[in-house]
Amino acid sequence: MSRIQPIQTGSRQTGPSPTAESGEVLLEATDLARHFDVSRPWLNRVLERAEKLTLKAVDGVSFTIRRGETVALVGESGCGKSTVARLIVGLYGLTRGRLIFDGQDISDLARRSGRQSAAIRQRFQMIFQDPYASLNPLWRVGTIIGEPLRFFRPEMSGADRRRRVGELLEQVGMSPADALRYPHEFSGGQRQRISIARALANEPEFMVCDEPTSALDVSVQAQILNLMKDLQQQYGLTYLFISHDMAVVKHMADRIAVMYLGRIAEIAPADQLFATPHHPYSRMLLAAVPSLEGEGRERTMIEGEVPNPVHPPSGCAFHPRCPYAEARCRAEVPLMIARSDGSEVACHAVEEGRIGP
Amino acid sequence: MNQDVKTTDTVPVAPPPPSRLRTFLASDIVYSWQRQPVVIIATLVTLTMFAGALFAPWIAPQNPFDPRQLELIDAFTPPLTTSDFTGNFYLLGSDSQGRDVFSAILYGSRISLLVGFAAVLFALALGTALGLMAGFRGGWRDALIMRIADVQLTFPSILMALLIFGVIRGFLPRSMHAEVAIIVLIVAIGLSDWVQYARAVRGATMVEKGKEYVQAARVIGLPDHRILFQHILPNVMRPVLVIGTIGLALAIIAEATLSFLGVGMPATQPSLGTLIRVGQDYMFSGEWWILLFPGVALLLLALSVNLLGDWLRDVLNPKLR
Repeated sequence: MSRIQPIQTGSRQTGPSPTAESGEVLLEATDLARHFDVSRPWLNRVLERAEKLTLKAVDGVSFTIRRGETVALVGESGCGKSTVARLIVGLYGLTRGRLIFDGQDISDLARRSGRQSAAIRQRFQMIFQDPYASLNPLWRVGTIIGEPLRFFRPEMSGADRRRRVGELLEQVGMSPADALRYPHEFSGGQRQRISIARALANEPEFMVCDEPTSALDVSVQAQILNLMKDLQQQYGLTYLFISHDMAVVKHMADRIAVMYLGRIAEIAPADQLFATPHHPYSRMLLAAVPSLEGEGRERTMIEGEVPNPVHPPSGCAFHPRCPYAEARCRAEVPLMIARSDGSEVACHAVEEGRIGP
Repeated sequence: MNQDVKTTDTVPVAPPPPSRLRTFLASDIVYSWQRQPVVIIATLVTLTMFAGALFAPWIAPQNPFDPRQLELIDAFTPPLTTSDFTGNFYLLGSDSQGRDVFSAILYGSRISLLVGFAAVLFALALGTALGLMAGFRGGWRDALIMRIADVQLTFPSILMALLIFGVIRGFLPRSMHAEVAIIVLIVAIGLSDWVQYARAVRGATMVEKGKEYVQAARVIGLPDHRILFQHILPNVMRPVLVIGTIGLALAIIAEATLSFLGVGMPATQPSLGTLIRVGQDYMFSGEWWILLFPGVALLLLALSVNLLGDWLRDVLNPKLR
C-alpha cells in the first residue's frame, strides 16, 4: 500500500507555515466549471415557450493546494463552495476545466467508478456537513468505518479490520466498543467523529471538508476543529476546508479563497486576508464578523443578497452590491491578478488602484 | 482544556448490548401493540387463521379436494349436526357434494393465503426492482417506467387482473387450465399490483440517493450495484413492507373476487372465493351455511390483516407520532 508522504508541516500552529508555502503542489484546479440544467421539463418548455436555463454553479475557478496546507473556501450560501468540493472528489463531472492531483489528471473521475479509479480515490476522502445524514442509519459504526477498508483492501482479514476500526475510533476520541453501536445512539459531534474516522480509514493524503462543523453546537465545533488539526499534524494531511464561518476559517486555514457567485474573488494567505482584505467583497465579509474585543467601530452589516445565479449580473458579478462599481465593472469580467503581497484579486477597482490598501 | 472537553463527548465504557429479544420487547412497536386491544385481537385472529391454513391436513376432518372422501349422501347437512347416514359430525354443515364446510374453509384459506402471499411477493419484487431503477438511474428509464405505471393506474386493478388472467390463459392449452390456475392467479394479481410498490420505492430511493451517506460511498468509489443493494435498498424497505402488509389483504380479496367471478380457482380446488360463489346458489333455498361461513372467514381474514397493516403503518411512520 502506498503510505502517506513524510509529514511536511512542522509549524502548523504559527499560522501559514513556510514549509507549506514552498511545498509541492498536491492539487491543481484550472478553470473549473460546473453548469446545471435547471430548465422546466421538455413538454412545459414547448408549451410555455420557455428558454433552456443553465445554472452556472461554478464558472471558472482556479487554485492550487500545496501538500500539508489547509486551503479554505469561504462565501455566502449558494456561491458554489460545495459544488467545488463535489467536483474535486468526483461526485459531479466537470463541465469545463482540469483537475490535476499529484501529477495525475483526474478531470474525468466522476465517470470512473469501482476498481478503475480505486488507486486514486483511496488517496482522498470527504467529510460531510450533516452528521445525521452522512452515516447509514442501518449499519453499525464498525461496519461504516470499515467500509473503505473492505473496498480498498479486500485482502485484509476481518480481525485486522476490526482492530483497525478500534484504532481509528480511539484516534478520534471514542471507544473501540462504540463499533458495535448504531449511529442513532450518538450525538452530532460524536457522529462527526465517526465520519472523520471513516475518512481516515484508508490513510488518505487529502481531505475535502464540506462545512464539517456548521451543523454542530458551538462548543462541539471547537472540539472537532481541534481534532482535525491534530490529525493533520499527525498524518501530514492536506485539507480543502469549506465554510461560511469566518471565525472557523481563521482558526483552520493557511490560505483562504473567497468565492462569490461561482467565481473566486480573492485568494490570499489567511493572515494577509484578515489584516488587509483587497476585494470589496472580502472587506464586506470581514467587516461583518463580530469580535469579542470590539474594534471601537460600528459593525458593517452585509448589504444586499446574492443575485440569482441563473441570471448573473453582467461584468463583475459583485457590481450590484459594490460601493466602488463603475461602467467597466458592469461590462467586463475582472481577471485574477497576482499582487506583490502574495494575494490574487479579481477586481477592476483594486487593479486600477481606486481602492486603497 | 481541550482534553477535558473531549472526554465529555466520549462515551465511558459501553455496557454490554442488551439481547435482541429484550431490545424488541422494549421497543415502541411492542408498546403500541400492547396498548391497542383491536390490534391484539386482529393479531390473534390472523395467527389463528394462518395456523388453521398451515395445519389444515391435520385439523380438517376430511380433505375436500379428494372426491373419495366426500359422502354425497351427507349433502346439505346443517351445521352442528351428526349425519344420520354416515355418523360424520359436520361442525359448519356440508354443501351440495357432501363436502364439510369447515374443512373446505381450512383448505380454501390455504389457497387464498398462498395466492395472497405469492402475489404480494411477486408484486413487491417487481415493483421494488423497477422503482429502484427508476429512482436511482432517472432519465428515460424513470420516465418510461413511471408512465407505464400511470397508464396502468387508470384501470381498476381487478379489471387489470382479469385482463392479464385472460391473456395468460389464452396462451395455454385448455387441459392445463386447472393445473396452472393458481400460478396464473398469482401472476395476474401480482402484475396488477406492482405500481404502488414501484412508486413508493422510487420516491424513497430519490430521497436516499441524495443523502450524504450515499455520497460518502460514491467518494470511496463503490460501484453502483453495491451502493444500490447495500446502502439504498435496505433503507427503502420499511415503507415497502408496510404497503406489503396492506397489500396482502387486498391480494386475498382480489383472489376471492376473481374466483367468485368464476375465473380463478376451479370448484375442484376451491379457495374462499370459489366457496362463496358455490354457496350463493343455495342462499335463498335455506342452506345458508354454505355461503355464510366461507364469507365470514374471508371477512375476518381480510379485516384482521388490514388492521394489522394499518397499525404497522402508523407505528412505523414517524410523521404520525
